[in-house]
Amino acid sequence: MTRTRAFDPTDRAPGLEAGFGDYVALLKPRVMSLVVFTAAVGLLVAPVPVHPVVALASILFIALGAGASGALNMWWDADIDAVMRRTARRPVPAGRVSADEAMAIGLALSGIAVMMLALAANLLAAGLLAFTIFFYAVVYSMWLKRLTPQNIVIGGAAGAFPPVIGWAVATGGVSVESLMMFALIFMWTPPHFWALALFMKDDYSKAGVPMLTVTHGRRATRRHILVYTLLLVPVALGAGLTGLGGPAYLAISCVLNLWFVIGALRIWRRDEAAAEADGYRVEKAVFRFSLTYLFLQFGAFLLEHALRLLGLGGW
Amino acid sequence: MSFRPDHEIHRRRFGRNLGLGLALAGFVVLVFGLTVVKVSRTGDMIAEQARDGAAAP
Repeated sequence: MTRTRAFDPTDRAPGLEAGFGDYVALLKPRVMSLVVFTAAVGLLVAPVPVHPVVALASILFIALGAGASGALNMWWDADIDAVMRRTARRPVPAGRVSADEAMAIGLALSGIAVMMLALAANLLAAGLLAFTIFFYAVVYSMWLKRLTPQNIVIGGAAGAFPPVIGWAVATGGVSVESLMMFALIFMWTPPHFWALALFMKDDYSKAGVPMLTVTHGRRATRRHILVYTLLLVPVALGAGLTGLGGPAYLAISCVLNLWFVIGALRIWRRDEAAAEADGYRVEKAVFRFSLTYLFLQFGAFLLEHALRLLGLGGW
Repeated sequence: MSFRPDHEIHRRRFGRNLGLGLALAGFVVLVFGLTVVKVSRTGDMIAEQARDGAAAP
């Protein structure tokens, strides 16, 4: 674990006072929205109904845990966030919140989120949430991110846990359905982040983060995006053959996966000169589509479940 | 009588305190709601067990 300190973590920039929004930003609200949605889908499509208040509280505590791990990530990565254009305006590198404050908030919220989820739902869900926070803050942020170009591949597991936790809240267990939802996000993460790395050209190299674009070059990254997108297809379609799926899910998933593969093929066929000439138009489009892809995939699980309740969905 | 206008720092502090206050109030409401649900469910379970016990030979 090597980490270069770009600034004193106890220092807040003089004259800057953090507003409430800065503390909210510390919890990475955009990542939280994805966590809330996938955890909610995991909980709602489970075969065991959950009381609405317990469901709402559980999703909020899962989101709080995700936010806490985001704050811990911002504490640890403050030095690299400061040199990356995409992250330089975050509250810690911008000097509005001190790194130590971010760590304290991250630890406190982690404890609250895990404890409250144990009380609201069950110990398995709370244990999975604790492991997710540990995986994101320690395994990904502190260890893998600065060590290996596989950082995104393995670290993607942290983002894949929320639907498993949601499922565990409802059922008290883990099953093939929740593992398929995990696998879907796990396989989706690398092409999503590598598309971002392609057009955030100098950010990762300036920060010394060994992203695939930096260690293996941009040609290899384009090839990896295509391979991982092709590997994602059987996972997404396979999920449709479990208790989660049905004709509607499979139809939607076929279209989404075809679209994603076409995007990955277009990225693979381009060279740097063409990408630079049009300002990474294709890479940016695939990155944006990948977000829509995940929301629609999980939306399709939900739709299939709703149809099943009406006696129309499922196999 | 004239009041000095608030400095930007005071506005930010007020916003932070208000946000934290609302978050804490929301947390209290959530815990209260959870308690009501859990207690009423436990009550139902006890009543069910008592019924089962009475019905047993």
